[in-house]
Amino acid sequence: MPTMEEIRQLKATALQLRRDALTALYHAGSGHPGGAMSMTEILTVLYFKEMNIRPEQPDWADRDRFVLSKGHACPTYYAALARRGYFDVEVLNTLRKADSILQGHPDMGKTPGVDMSTGSLGQGLSAAAGMALYAKKQGKDFRVYCILGDGECAEGQIWEAAMSAAHFGLNNLVAFLDANHLQIDGRVDDVMNIYPMDEKFRAFGWTVLETDGHSIPQLIHAVELAKCSDKPVFILCHTTKGKGVSFMEDRADWHGAAVTKDVLDRAMAELDGKERV
Amino acid sequence: MKAIRDSYADTLVELANEYDFYVMDADLAKATKTITFKKAFPDRFIEMGIAEANMYGYAAGIATCGMPVFASTFSAFAAGRAYDQIRNSIAYPHNHVIIAATHGGILVGGDGGSHQCLEDIALMRAIPEMTVLCPCDDAETRACVKAALLHDGPVYLRLGRSEVPSLFEHVAFEIGKGNVLRDGKDVAIIAVGEVVYRAAKAAEFLAGEGVEAAVISMASIKPIDQEMIRYYAQKTGHVLTVEDHNVQGGLGGAVSEVLARCCPTPMAMLGSQDRFGRSGDPEELAKLYGIDPQSIADSAMRLLDR
Repeated sequence: MPTMEEIRQLKATALQLRRDALTALYHAGSGHPGGAMSMTEILTVLYFKEMNIRPEQPDWADRDRFVLSKGHACPTYYAALARRGYFDVEVLNTLRKADSILQGHPDMGKTPGVDMSTGSLGQGLSAAAGMALYAKKQGKDFRVYCILGDGECAEGQIWEAAMSAAHFGLNNLVAFLDANHLQIDGRVDDVMNIYPMDEKFRAFGWTVLETDGHSIPQLIHAVELAKCSDKPVFILCHTTKGKGVSFMEDRADWHGAAVTKDVLDRAMAELDGKERV
Repeated sequence: MKAIRDSYADTLVELANEYDFYVMDADLAKATKTITFKKAFPDRFIEMGIAEANMYGYAAGIATCGMPVFASTFSAFAAGRAYDQIRNSIAYPHNHVIIAATHGGILVGGDGGSHQCLEDIALMRAIPEMTVLCPCDDAETRACVKAALLHDGPVYLRLGRSEVPSLFEHVAFEIGKGNVLRDGKDVAIIAVGEVVYRAAKAAEFLAGEGVEAAVISMASIKPIDQEMIRYYAQKTGHVLTVEDHNVQGGLGGAVSEVLARCCPTPMAMLGSQDRFGRSGDPEELAKLYGIDPQSIADSAMRLLDR
């Protein structure tokens, strides 16, 4: 069980990742704030609590792996990598610029700590499952984590991957669903309803857990519970798109809107306020 | 006579004693012949079922762990169906996956146009930093498979289905280099895969007419052997390409891109003239699509205006 102090620190880290991501998005002039905000606590728990990694040795063969299948949400991912020590925090503000190691979508060839390039939606879970299968076949005990967007689960490849992960018994694979219920064109239910996701993944042979995707203690509990499963684990995380910045919350418009100076100032003021509470 | 797909599978088994890699298939192991590998090394073979996109995603994930993967299916379901997975999960991140695809082209025969992929070379060649290989016989296939394994990065390996004669006793194959099967001064016939031996037969017919045709197997379609193309274009003044593929974007396109830059040379391009395939006996189809020995010889004569 995490201590109160540990949880307080992880909450502060999540707040910092939001600040870092929004600042990077402001400097970039374009990008995807909404989905980056909704998965912040999941990333925080993985990179600052659960994952067995060595930032000073990004290609350590026995490290736990992470695949961001919803690659466009990378600003908070990059912030987590920077704050964990994979590269300098100042680099975050080069996001999306020519010659930057931080591409608009994750690029394993350019960014230390990125285990798999993603961006074309629906492909991340297959790669993550491939890594998990490799671990099984090689007798290695590393674990593989993947974050899926709910909108991207309309891609058929997600279901090919889901079927195969259960077929291969990949209980070292955990997929989080960032269930923020919004995608570019509107509400997931309206654009192409993929729910109920818990029943679907259960039917595909996975262990299904459900949690508040912004509750750090609940996420930690779910990730720990996942280690006891004999099947791949799907964690349905109830989240809010744009979480942490009131005027971005639950608004599809903030999927891919630019963060202007005015927006940044207002957002930072809100986040600073949260820290004082 | 031996099918290139059998040479592929036999080579995998041989290499597996010395090198570490996995082999995957999407429910076509009996057709791609990876079943030979499965029998020899069951623990290193991964059956993925009929889900090619997922297979290439898994292959990419495994390759990120430092383990090369040969992932096989038919050309249409690799380069075609899984194009985006090959592009984004394999090629863009430079993962060492060998997309070893059989059943490209009309020589597939009875299965018909749905299965006769006539655009895989074009699709794979257009992906930046992708290597594209298409060997013509047993020796060249063995060399290509090994080169693909030792290469650092993604490779598309196009493998023929039908039996072909041995053309080379030994090949010092190198990615980026063509292999000269026969020298000649009047016309250069540049071919790939299962049609190379047909081009060699055409050269014999041409010799009977007093025409000395050079025959080159351009197994390394990308990177292509620009020096060799330039040398033979300047030496013969006439270049004929032969492929079991659409000439648009295929070998014909690749050779013409080289010639247009260095030394414009009269050319003819044999292969599908922008038409889909159809069911039929492979030899009959070869005649219909103008890639049988007689058609190749006739085209060479027309190119020479004789």
